[in-house]
Amino acid sequence: MKQTQSILQQISFLACIVAGTSLMAQNELNVSREVELPGQAKPILVSMSGLTGEAATTLQFDLYVQGFAFTNAEAAQYLISGSNNGNLQARASDPHNKSTLVSKAYSGASLRRQAHAFADDFVQALGRKGIAQTKIAFKGENSPHSEIYIADFDGHGGQAVTSDNNLVAAPCWVPGHMALCYLSYKRNHADIFYHDLSTGARRALAEFRGSNMSPAVSPGGSKVAFISSMDGWTDLYVCNADGSGLKRLTKSPQDESSPCWSPDGKWICFAAKEKEHRTLCKVSPSGGAMQTISTGGTPSPTEPDWSPDGKWIAFTAQYRSGFSICVVPAEGGTAVSLVEGEDPSWAPNSRTLAFGRRRGGHYTLSLLDVPTKQVKDVSRISGISSQSQPSWAK
Amino acid sequence: MKEKKMKLNKFANLLVIGLVLTVAASGCRKKPVNVTELPGARAGRMSDMPPGNPIRTGDQPLTEGNPIGVPTGHESNSRTLHDGWPEDAQTLKTETVYFDFDSSVLKGSEKPKVSAVADYLKANSANAVRVEGNCDERGTEEYNRSLGERRALAVREELIRLGIDPTRADTISYGKDKPAVQGHDETAWKQNRRDDFIVLSPPK
Repeated sequence: MKQTQSILQQISFLACIVAGTSLMAQNELNVSREVELPGQAKPILVSMSGLTGEAATTLQFDLYVQGFAFTNAEAAQYLISGSNNGNLQARASDPHNKSTLVSKAYSGASLRRQAHAFADDFVQALGRKGIAQTKIAFKGENSPHSEIYIADFDGHGGQAVTSDNNLVAAPCWVPGHMALCYLSYKRNHADIFYHDLSTGARRALAEFRGSNMSPAVSPGGSKVAFISSMDGWTDLYVCNADGSGLKRLTKSPQDESSPCWSPDGKWICFAAKEKEHRTLCKVSPSGGAMQTISTGGTPSPTEPDWSPDGKWIAFTAQYRSGFSICVVPAEGGTAVSLVEGEDPSWAPNSRTLAFGRRRGGHYTLSLLDVPTKQVKDVSRISGISSQSQPSWAK
Repeated sequence: MKEKKMKLNKFANLLVIGLVLTVAASGCRKKPVNVTELPGARAGRMSDMPPGNPIRTGDQPLTEGNPIGVPTGHESNSRTLHDGWPEDAQTLKTETVYFDFDSSVLKGSEKPKVSAVADYLKANSANAVRVEGNCDERGTEEYNRSLGERRALAVREELIRLGIDPTRADTISYGKDKPAVQGHDETAWKQNRRDDFIVLSPPK
C-alpha cells in the first residue's frame, strides 16, 4: 500500500511538471516586443556553449546582425547550448523562467545551413521573423566589367547570374518570384531585363530610346517602376512586368532617381529635386501629384527603400564627411543617421539593412541592425574587387 | 492483496511511461527529439520554389551548389534605328565635353565642341552619334546614372538646337561605371565628368 501511495505521488508530481511545462509554453508565446527606435536599442545578450568552429561563427554572425550580442552565461538573457559533432543540435533557453525556447537537431545540407536554420528557429521563438536563410542579389565589379550575383544574406555561396562581360547595375528581386530585374549594357544600350533564375530565360523589359535605369518591382511583382529618358528628361515611369501598360509619372527636367515601392503597392518613393533642394517624394503608381516625404532637413537624400512592415524608409544622405545610412518614418519626420554607407536594402524582418561601404574606391557589402546599430561586413567573393547595390530577397 | 497491488503497480507504471512520453513530446526533454531535415546539396532546383516565398529555405529546397539559370535566348532585339551600326570612338574623341561637379549644365566653354560634332554630322549625313554621359566617382551609383543621362541629354539638346535631326543623336549613361581615368582626386574626377561621342555609321 505504501508502494501504491508513492507511485501515486510520483504520478501527481509528473502531472504537475506537465502542467507547468504547458504553462511555460504559453508564457513563451507572450514574449513582449519592445518598441525599438533606430539606433537606440540595446542588444539582447545571449551566451553560447558547446558549439564550435563554423557552426559557432555562423550563428554569432546571424544573431549579431539581428540585434543580439554575446556574453557569459551569468549576464545572458538567453542561453544557447548544443553540439556540432557531425550534425548540429542546439537548444535555447531562458534561465530566468527556466523555459526552453527551442531545442532541435538538424540534418542535411551543410553545417552552415543547419546553424542558419537554428538561428531562424531561435529568433522565431522570440516572435521575430528570421532572416538567416534568405538571399541577397548585388552588383559585383571586376573592372572593367561587372556582373549580377546572388548569395546567402551573409555573402557566402555567391554565384554570378549574368556572364555578359559588360556592365550591369541595380539588381532588384521580383518579390515572391525566383527572378531579378536589373540593368545591362550588353546591347550598348541601358536596358532593363527581367531574368527568371529558375530557367535562365531573360527578356528586355524596358528598352526604350535613351537610358532605362534603376528598376523597382512592385510588392505583388506585377509592375516595374524605373527611370527613363525616353521623352528627353530623366523621369519616373511604371509599366507592367511584361513591359506593357507604360505610364509616365513625373515630367520634369530635374533629378529623379532610385524608385522603390511601399509594401502595400500604393506608393512609389524616389529621390527628386524640388526648388533646387533634394528631397524624397512619393507618387501613386496610377499617377497624380508628387508628395514630399520630409526627412527633417537631412542633406541630399537619395536611394530610398521602404521597409516591408511599411513603417520606415531607409535612404542615403550626403553629409560633408560622406554618405550615411539614414532611417525616417515612412510618413516623413525626423531622420536618424546611423552609419557611414550607401544604398540600403531592407531585410524581410524590417530591422536589418544591407548596404554598401566605400573603401578606397571600391564597395564592400555590410549588414546593419537598425535598432542597435550593430554592423558586420558580409563575406566577399574572391576575385571581385567591388560589391555594391544589394537587393534583399523578399 | 498482493495481486491487486501488482495490478495497480502495472497500471501506475503504464501511466508513468505514458506521462514520460507526453513530457518528452511536449519538448521538455533536454536532448532534441525532432530532427529538422534540411534539403541536401542536390535535393531540388530553384524552380521548385513556390511563388510568394522564394528564399525562405528552411523547408524548401534552395540548395547549395545548385546551378542558377544563366541567361538564355528570349532576349528581344528590336530597338532603335542604329542597332548593329559599326561604332567609332576615335573620330570625335577630341570633342569630349566636360562638366562641373554634380552639374549637367553645358558650359559655354564646351559649346564649340558640340558645334564641331554638329558640323561633322552635317558633313556626314548618313551617320549618327551616341552621346555617352559619365560621372566622377563621388556620387552614389544610381544618382550618378541619372546625372550622366542628363549630361548626355544636355548635349543632345544643343545638337538639336544646332539643326541636327533628333533621330540622329542617341544618349546613354554609364553613371560612374566607365571612368576615363582611374584615380581618387580632382585630377581624375574632372576628366571623368564628361560626355563622349561615338560615331555610328550605317552597316555596309
